[in-house]
Amino acid sequence: MAKSRMDLHYEIPADDFARAGEASSSVKKILVQLGIDPVRIKKAAISMYEAEINAVIHGGGGNAEVTIDADKIVIRIIDSGPGIEDLELAMQEGYTTATDEIREMGFGAGMGLPNMKRYADELDIQTEKGKGTVVTIVVYFHQQG
Amino acid sequence: MKLHEIAKILDAEILTCSDSDIEIMSACGSDLMSDVMAFVKENVLLLTGLVSPQVIRTAEMMDIRAVVFVRGKVPGNDIVRMAEEKGIAVLTTCEPMFIACGKLYSAGLTGKGV
Ligand SMILES: Nc1ncnc2c1ncn2[C@@H]1O[C@H](COP(=O)(O)OP(=O)(O)OP(=O)(O)O)[C@@H](O)[C@H]1O
Ligand SMILES: [Mg+2]
Repeated sequence: MAKSRMDLHYEIPADDFARAGEASSSVKKILVQLGIDPVRIKKAAISMYEAEINAVIHGGGGNAEVTIDADKIVIRIIDSGPGIEDLELAMQEGYTTATDEIREMGFGAGMGLPNMKRYADELDIQTEKGKGTVVTIVVYFHQQG
Repeated sequence: MKLHEIAKILDAEILTCSDSDIEIMSACGSDLMSDVMAFVKENVLLLTGLVSPQVIRTAEMMDIRAVVFVRGKVPGNDIVRMAEEKGIAVLTTCEPMFIACGKLYSAGLTGKGV
């Protein structure tokens, strides 16, 4: 178990579909090495991957800042893309603005944000039109309360 | 159901050097990866018509240990190698999605009791 705090930074390249998900993959490997409960790892990995893919597809790339301590992982995915105009609408299952081109690459079900909501213990989205989006995901390593 | 039984039912070729003895309890068929990630079962087989490294990434995040590419799609070496590194078995079958899922379901892979 991680005693001290671990800070990780990743660049999320824009429109690079072959590399999309590398940050999430790396974080997942670290959590496995730390011996975290696989159920918790899966929650963190899926949430981060969805946010990372969104940053690639919708946000024009960005950065991931990840902090791991003894009882939780905090994942921040930051992009300076177009922002989400109507967040409430975007959170609904099936809502997507993805093009056919994106769907051909396997995304655009409109399930990414709902999946983050389902798997993350805490989810916070700060977004501003024309400025960008910051998605913060928290997953605890032990059952809370 | 064991992976080698699945390969037999689908007349599928296993492209990775994988343990074909792994146990599969349920299956999920989709070309959209976020639909797959909404599927919350264990020991899942993923069937897809999408050939992309993101299929393997999705399997990795979900702890999915076997992926079947349907409709005769054969993934490139990069995808097979990536899967092998992550311990994910890759299969290819000529059956289309609906038939492949139907055959597995009829053979008892219903995902019940998981
Ligand atoms: N980082 C972002 N920047 C700008 N828009 C975003 C961002 N993330 C999501 N959106 C908007 O919210 C919509 C819904 O996002 P969500 O992740 O739920 O679905 P999707 O990405 O379209 O498809 P899926 O995630 O199922 O592959 C997107 O189609 C897009 O319009
Ligand atoms: Mg998405």
